[in-house]
Amino acid sequence: MTELSNIRNFSIVAHIDHGKSTLADRLIQMTGTVAERDMKAQLLDSMDIERERGITIKANTVRIDYPAKDGQTYVLNLIDTPGHVDFSYEVSRSMQAVEGSLLVVDSTQGVEAQTLANVYQAIDANHEIVPVLNKVDLPASDCARVAEQIEDVIGIDASNSIHISAKTGVGIPDVLEAIVTRLPAPKGDRNAPLKAMLVDSYYDAYLGVVVIIRVIDGVIKKGDRIKMMKTGGQYPVEKLGVFRPQMQDIAELGPGEIGFLTASIKQVRDTRVGDTITTEKKGCEVPLPGFKPSIPVVFCGLFPVDSAEFDDLRNAIEKLALNDASFSYEMESSAALGFGFRCGFLGLLHLEVIRDRIEREYNIDLITTAPSVVYHVFMKDGEMIELHNPADMPDLSKVDHLEEPRIKATIMVPDEYLGDVLKLCQDRRGVQLDLTYAGARAMAVYDLPLNEVVFDFYDRLKSVTKGYASFDYQMSGYQEDQLVKMQILVNDEPVDALSIMVHRTRAETRGRAMCEKLKELIPRHMFKIPIQAAIGGKVIARETLAALRKDVTAKCYGGDATRKRKLLEKQKAGKKKMRQFGRVEIPQEAFINALKMDD
Amino acid sequence: MAEDWRNGGFGLYIHWPFCMAKCPYCDFNSHVSRSIDQKAWLDAYLKELDRNAARTPDRVLKSVFFGGGTPSLMEPETVAAILNRVGQLWTPANDQEITLEANPTSVEAGRFQAYAEAGVNRVSMGLQSLRDDDLRRLGRMHTVAEGRRAFEIAKDCFGRVSFDLIYARQDQTVPEWKAELREALALAADHLSLYQLTIEAGTAFGDRYERGTLRGLPEDDDAAEMYEVTQEICAEFGMYDYEVSNYAKPGAESRHNQIYWHYGDYVGIGPGAHGRVTMNGIRHATDTWKQPQKWLDAVAAGTGENLVEAVSPTEQANEYLMMGLRLTEGIDLERFNQIGGRALNPRTLKELQDMGMIELESPYLKATRAGRLVLNAVIAELLLD
Repeated sequence: MTELSNIRNFSIVAHIDHGKSTLADRLIQMTGTVAERDMKAQLLDSMDIERERGITIKANTVRIDYPAKDGQTYVLNLIDTPGHVDFSYEVSRSMQAVEGSLLVVDSTQGVEAQTLANVYQAIDANHEIVPVLNKVDLPASDCARVAEQIEDVIGIDASNSIHISAKTGVGIPDVLEAIVTRLPAPKGDRNAPLKAMLVDSYYDAYLGVVVIIRVIDGVIKKGDRIKMMKTGGQYPVEKLGVFRPQMQDIAELGPGEIGFLTASIKQVRDTRVGDTITTEKKGCEVPLPGFKPSIPVVFCGLFPVDSAEFDDLRNAIEKLALNDASFSYEMESSAALGFGFRCGFLGLLHLEVIRDRIEREYNIDLITTAPSVVYHVFMKDGEMIELHNPADMPDLSKVDHLEEPRIKATIMVPDEYLGDVLKLCQDRRGVQLDLTYAGARAMAVYDLPLNEVVFDFYDRLKSVTKGYASFDYQMSGYQEDQLVKMQILVNDEPVDALSIMVHRTRAETRGRAMCEKLKELIPRHMFKIPIQAAIGGKVIARETLAALRKDVTAKCYGGDATRKRKLLEKQKAGKKKMRQFGRVEIPQEAFINALKMDD
Repeated sequence: MAEDWRNGGFGLYIHWPFCMAKCPYCDFNSHVSRSIDQKAWLDAYLKELDRNAARTPDRVLKSVFFGGGTPSLMEPETVAAILNRVGQLWTPANDQEITLEANPTSVEAGRFQAYAEAGVNRVSMGLQSLRDDDLRRLGRMHTVAEGRRAFEIAKDCFGRVSFDLIYARQDQTVPEWKAELREALALAADHLSLYQLTIEAGTAFGDRYERGTLRGLPEDDDAAEMYEVTQEICAEFGMYDYEVSNYAKPGAESRHNQIYWHYGDYVGIGPGAHGRVTMNGIRHATDTWKQPQKWLDAVAAGTGENLVEAVSPTEQANEYLMMGLRLTEGIDLERFNQIGGRALNPRTLKELQDMGMIELESPYLKATRAGRLVLNAVIAELLLD
């Protein structure tokens, strides 16, 4: 057990690519926590997807022993938090588990929207914040300007910021010293009943569920019987340890300490981020404040390309759900796509991560339908229905009105792209709440309908700003609006998987765009195919895909038999990858790509 | 029961892999080489003939075809020696067809008489176009005038003469093609191969197409129209479309190529030559080394083949379908069922019939004119899994 005064707990706040993981690697490396030969880039990002995308999905911790200049050795606990808005609740819990933050800003870039969202979380958690300006080795580095921007935009003192290059190692010793001298030690009472926060958990094939905890009061030991105060689960502690960053057993964890435990917990679903852990008997009375269960906000259908793989998909989804309490699913059947699942996600990144994992780790080709938000459908009889799937939209004659979720979006963008960004927000039915400048960068705050954002807003934003804009959002409640269900008919047959909810004023434009897109995406058939968008029974847009005119091999003699046969067999196999609607075959990627708008 | 190949007969294909220059559209196995040891090549061909004859005993040989490459670069003595050996190895059919592909340059036309004396009775000339600008674009080494002269010489030397034209070329319009085709038909050949320009991967045109620098290719709609007018104009001249790209006066059809389309057996000799050979009642696919020197070395070591593989009944049925539907006469469904051991999906047949893509006249299945334009799509629908 370590004295409270010799513990420092901290997190690192940074925008993607500003160097959070590299700094973490350096801290671990320079303190000798990991032997040189075991170093690999981004030690803390353990999943392939995390390392590939440069994002952190699960919270990770590492315990570092640091002999400071004052002659004492300190225990530094770093919690590496998920940086993405989808996981903002998890971020806020991680922030509650530490006392200080390093705010890492790329000194060649400046403050970005995501930096803001996360640094405000740190401020909300009463953190002491140490600004760290990274990439000072690059010619474009401008520390004075970025420090000024931090003071202007975030409103914290940046005069004593630390200048580093996580890549070359410059300034890292200063960071370590600042953690000890500038961040506060944790507080806690060793003699009080056990009170620990469940920071995160994950599934390990050998150990079962591993729970990351921060002890607030009391002491936890191997063999203790513990209780989760929200879920009520009771377990014996089997293993207790810390991450360095590999697991190392420890006899006990006291106040201020961060570590892990295992306790025969079967599934991650049984552990809720933010829950309070205490002892089964003589436990603490009052749980930690601020617990909330995570609620999916984006829904989409996942269907196996090969309907024979439905059971494999079910198996994959069940396994992933065991390890991810925020991912929800229920079986869905679509006339167009057969059997699949309607799945709920914290956001688009979460959706993509889950989809990628199913495709990669379980090797199942998926058709993903258009992401949808949860609409509130108010019936004339006063009942309110949550609509997760446009296909389930009730009979309009019974509907009084609809409400849709809205968000408060913060966009930071260099001046020269502001016009395009404002137009994009306007086109997506945005209402401007605020527009401010910090140097050559503008910060626009918009109230936007989530349904205009879930699909391709971020892609469009990146494209109109050449990647210079950053974007973050938070949910801001429901609002009534003129929403209608638009159907797509291919060869006069409605394709339910292409139905979307759309604002009445946008319906015609969207309908036309979707018909045009589908005309490109569906290969020509031997007959012509009408593609229509309709609201109720009324067609609002129509395109015709002409019949295939010519598809014949000019030369085919004895020498070609095998190769040509294989080509035709491949052509036939390609058709199997499509979905049959009446006589029309629609390629799987059409279900998502039909919705992409080039506005 | 008779072996299935007998429905198509038995032929011999000999591949000469050399050309003076590589044409930018051609994806056949051809190589440019300055020095060719004709004696070494002859020895290798003879060795391969002997080896193949040993496993196809007692067969009547319907046809021999020298393809390439440019077989009109072979010394007439080489051709004569090969044909001499062929005559010793297999019983010739009464009306045995012996075709040689020739380029219409003056040098090659000078050898025509000697080829005829060696036994060649049909030439297939790579005329390709009757427009000098287009001949240059297609990388051809002859002019229109030279081509016309070569054609006249060929008519004097051989009983039967066919030539190839390539259309749907860059910047070609429908009226231009109609005019050129009429000129070609006035030359009074009894057989024409009229190919739409196809951009193949791995060719110079393919590379340019990938890079977006091959401009002016007709849109599908125009190419389809060109195909349709080709059939109409040929019909005016008494040439019927007996296959997707082949037109002939009745009786002048290429017997050799019909072996392929009727799904007969054929022995393939020379670098990259394929074969379908029924041995012990089982149809095999054969393939040979493509690289000329590699093939020569392999033959010296025993065999030019790098593959002898049984073709499954389903694959055979699919090959019969794919080859046979190219012919106007179509395929015999009873034979198809016999080969594959099962029938085509009746629902698919009905759908294609309703769309006007195929005609069923029991037991024959034919692609209609409309169906032939999209034959790949039709076949892909029908193929057995």
